[in-house]
Formats: sequence, structure tokens, C-alpha cells
Amino acid sequence: MNQTRPWFRIGSLIVGLAFLYIPIVSLVVFSFNKSRLVTVWGGFSTKWYGELMRNDQILNAAWLSLKIGALSATLAVVLGTIAGLVLARFGPFKGRTLLSGMTTAPLVMPEVITGLSLLLLFVTMEQLIGWPAGRGMTTIVIAHITLTMAYVTVIVQSRLASMDDSLEEAAQDLGARPAKVFFVITLPIILPALLSGWLLAFTLSLDDLVITSFVAGPGSSTLPMVVFSKVRLGVSPDINALATIFVTIVSIGVAVAGYLMARQQRLRESDVQMALAANQELVENLKRT
Amino acid sequence: MSYQPPRPWWLRWLPAGRTGVIAIPYLWLMLFFLIPFVIVLKIAFSDSRIGMPPYEPLLQWAGAQVVQIKLNLANFAFLVEDSLYWKAYLTSIWVAFVSTVFCLLIGYPMAYAIARASQTRRNVLLLLVILPFWTSFLLRVYAWIGLLKNNGLINNTLIALGVIDEPIQMLQTDFAVYIGIVYSYLPFMILPLYSTLEKMDLTLLEAAADLGSRPWKAFLQITLPLSRDGIIAGCMLVFIPAVGEFVIPSLLGDPGMLMIGKVLWTEFFNNRSWPVASAVAIALLLVLVIPFMVYEWGRLRREAAGEPV
Repeated sequence: MNQTRPWFRIGSLIVGLAFLYIPIVSLVVFSFNKSRLVTVWGGFSTKWYGELMRNDQILNAAWLSLKIGALSATLAVVLGTIAGLVLARFGPFKGRTLLSGMTTAPLVMPEVITGLSLLLLFVTMEQLIGWPAGRGMTTIVIAHITLTMAYVTVIVQSRLASMDDSLEEAAQDLGARPAKVFFVITLPIILPALLSGWLLAFTLSLDDLVITSFVAGPGSSTLPMVVFSKVRLGVSPDINALATIFVTIVSIGVAVAGYLMARQQRLRESDVQMALAANQELVENLKRT
Repeated sequence: MSYQPPRPWWLRWLPAGRTGVIAIPYLWLMLFFLIPFVIVLKIAFSDSRIGMPPYEPLLQWAGAQVVQIKLNLANFAFLVEDSLYWKAYLTSIWVAFVSTVFCLLIGYPMAYAIARASQTRRNVLLLLVILPFWTSFLLRVYAWIGLLKNNGLINNTLIALGVIDEPIQMLQTDFAVYIGIVYSYLPFMILPLYSTLEKMDLTLLEAAADLGSRPWKAFLQITLPLSRDGIIAGCMLVFIPAVGEFVIPSLLGDPGMLMIGKVLWTEFFNNRSWPVASAVAIALLLVLVIPFMVYEWGRLRREAAGEPV
């Protein structure tokens, strides 16, 4: 193997990962700081967590954000799966290029543009058909679905592209109708991809500030909106506590997902081995008779 | 083909299954992604019907038809004449460009190292790169305030080490904005680079080595050209959103620093001038997204035609 300069590769990895993780570690460390000055160590304390739990504004916003996130992620997975399926399995059809473009464009579109355009749509629709009446949770959910389904589509499409479609073909040959093939064969196989798509959509929805600010009405402040208005005035330790809670949940989630996927992989491998062993046994038995 | 029983009468008015399935995402994206742009365009130019939403700024603006049209054309004239907008566009493009270059310089060696690591390590490293992306973007930008400010972690450390005597002003400078953008968008650069580098045929490098090519030369002549697609994709994923970035310049940058995302936000929320905000958005789209769309469209067409992409 022509492996050049391993020290350079290892060094760049260490520097890069340090760059990615030092800010997060500093957030976590200073959330346990007694001093209000976020960056001067004044002893260990968990008082900012208590303060966070007593902050009704943040708690209400967090609850609203969780509701919006769960609802929009679920609908985004449904729509994104259909879009991914259409793009990966339906072959060429009229307007495929447009659909493909429309699913990838939200990934790169500057958020200020998406937010502004959605708001103007909602205002125009309200004038024309009276719906959505005012802005609030409904409009935020629609906006988040539109943004996050793009990510789900990409995940599902690439999962389907890398998936062996002979099982689907076999089912079709045996007379299963397309809907049945999808629900009985395809869906269970791509379920892990749907799960990670849901989690990604959920986190993106929970995190979005710009688009949400455009389409939110008075009285529907989500968590990022509250955090942003607080952070604008300077650092405050209870936001560090909030960030630590975020990081903890995400790390646990990723660890659990990683464990489950590894276990599934092992199960699949042992299934294959058992199948091979059974096959071997069958062959042996046949030889004997 | 298998036998398909006739559809029940109550389903017949629906389009056939395949078309119906295609229609669902199509209609959603048409309504909530494509049509909104048409509306932005209309508001940026002129349309008598739009002058009537029950919102103050538009009501004032909707006075008489003639006046309205003049005002609307004035939006774009305003954009061209006022140097503020020009400067904002140029600053945004420059900042995004510099950040993209730094993302590439940091991201390429990382993607390369991950792609050449062993299979088990590769997954762990990829996970480590993606993990920050799962924690809140806003909170990660916020973390840099604590690091960069005058009595922040970096300045305190440097003073404690005796490297400097007085804190260096880092927060509210262009430098802080570069750091913020590079930090937030680095995974978007690494992932497409990784996926092209991982697919690369390593025997090409062996062949080059056998033929006496120095590793560095082999990298420049083989690896780099072969990872072109990943470089283009990564740069686009960083550059385009960075130009319209709002959160990073408002939290880390100098308040006087003009970036176009901030200008649009201010026009909309502070000046409550929806038509000017729309005009700014349209101009931004023309500058940024159209070249990208043309590129994507060409790529998809070639892909659909079955040619090598």
C-alpha cells in the first residue's frame, strides 16, 4: 500500500476533531460553573440547571419546539419516503428532473429566502382562501416539513439505491402488487434509514431559527427563538446548562442507535451463518440418502 | 405481469396508482417550495392584488395603483442605487468565499484521513464528524462567544501562558465570522469529500508508485482530479448557505458588518419593508442559486440520459 505520511493524516484528524469538539466541551464544563461569568471558573455548581428548570419562558418554548419537531418529523418522513421511493424506483417520468431539483434545492437554499417566501405564501393564501388563519404552530410545522423532507428524501433515496432490489423483484414475480411489495418487503428493510431520517428531521426542526422566525406568529416562540433573543444580549450560564442537556441527549441517542445497528448487523450475520449451516446440513443429509 | 383486479368504483376518479404516488411529493413541493418564489417575485415587482393583506406595511404601500407600481419598480432601483446593498452582497460573497476555502483546507485532509483509515475506525471517525451536526447549531455558535470574547477562554489562556499581555479583540470581528462559518459548515464539506475519496480505486496510486511517481505528485495528478466532484459538491454546500447566513454574523460579527442575510432580516423585521426584502431575496437568488440550479439541472439531465456524471 502506498500510504503516505501517516503523521500528516493523523495530525490533521486530531486538529480537526479538536476544532469541532473544544467549543462543545467548553459549553458543558462551564455549565457547572458557580460564577455568572461564563468563562471564569468559580467552583462547581449545578445551580444553573435549577434556574433553567424554573424558567417558564424556556420551558414553554421547549415544549412547543418538541411538539413541532415530533409532528413535522413524522410527516416529513412520510413525504420524504414517498419522494425518495419515486426518485429511486419509478424510473424515468415526465418532470422527474424538476422533482429531483425541488427536493435538493431546500438543502442549499439560504434560510432567509426560504423563510421569507413561505411567509409571503401563507399571507397570500390567507387572503385568497382564509387558510391558514394567522401564523403559529401550523405554519411552522408546514415550513419545517418542507425543509426537513429534503433530508429524508436524500437518505431514503441513497438507501434504496444501495439496496439489493432482487427481493422486491422476487415478490413482484410471485404476484405481489406494488403497494404490498412496498409495505411487506421494502419498508422493513429501509426502516433504519427512516429512523435516522426521522431523528435528523426532528433535530433540524428543534434547531431552526431563521425560517421559524419568519413564519411564527405572536405567541408561538420556539426554543431557538427564545435562546437567540437571550444570547444576543450576551452569554448566560443557564443557556450552557441547556446546551449540556442537548449534548447529553444526543450522545445517548447516538450511542443507543449505534448499539442497535451493530446488534442488528450481528443478528443478520448470524442469520446468514445459520442459513448457511442449515444449507450445509441439508446437503449432508441429501448426500447420505 | 400479474393479474390486477379492477379497481372499485369509489377509487376510479383517482389517478392511477403510480401517478398518484408521484403526485403527493410533487404537489407538496410545488405549493410550499416553488409557488412561494413566484409570490416573492410578484411582491418584489408589482401586482395590484398583493397590495391588500391586512398588514400595516403593505396597507400603507397599497395606496393608489399607479403609486404602487412606481414604488415597486423603485425597490430594485433602490437596490442598485444604494451602495449599502452592493456592499452587503460583496461582503457576503467574500466572507463565504474565504470560509469555503478554509473549510476545504481543513476538511480535505480530514476526509482523506477518514477514507484511508481501517473499516472499523472509519465508522467511528465519521460518527465523530457528524455528531456535532446533531447538536444545536445555535448553541454551537453560542459556544464561540464564550471562547472568543475579551475575557473568554482563548484570551484568558493566552494571558495565563504569557503569550499576550492584553486580550486580543476577536469577538465582533470578521475573523469570528470566518471561524463560526467554518466551524458550522465543516461537516458539509467533509461528507461529500469522504464519499468520493472512499470510492476511489487505490490501485491507481499503486500503479503510479510502481511507475516511480512521488506520493505528492501522485496525489496532485490522481487523487485530486478524481475527487473533483466531491470538492464541487462540498464547496457548494458550504458557499451557498454561507452567503445568506444570518445567525453567525449577528452573534459573532461586528454589528456594523453588512451581510446580505442580515440586511434582508433587518428590512423585513425592523424596517417592516416587505417589498424591499423581497427584492433583496430575488437579487440573492439570481446571484447564487441560478448558477447552482443550472449546474444541478445539467447534472440531472446527464444522469437521466445515463451518461457518466
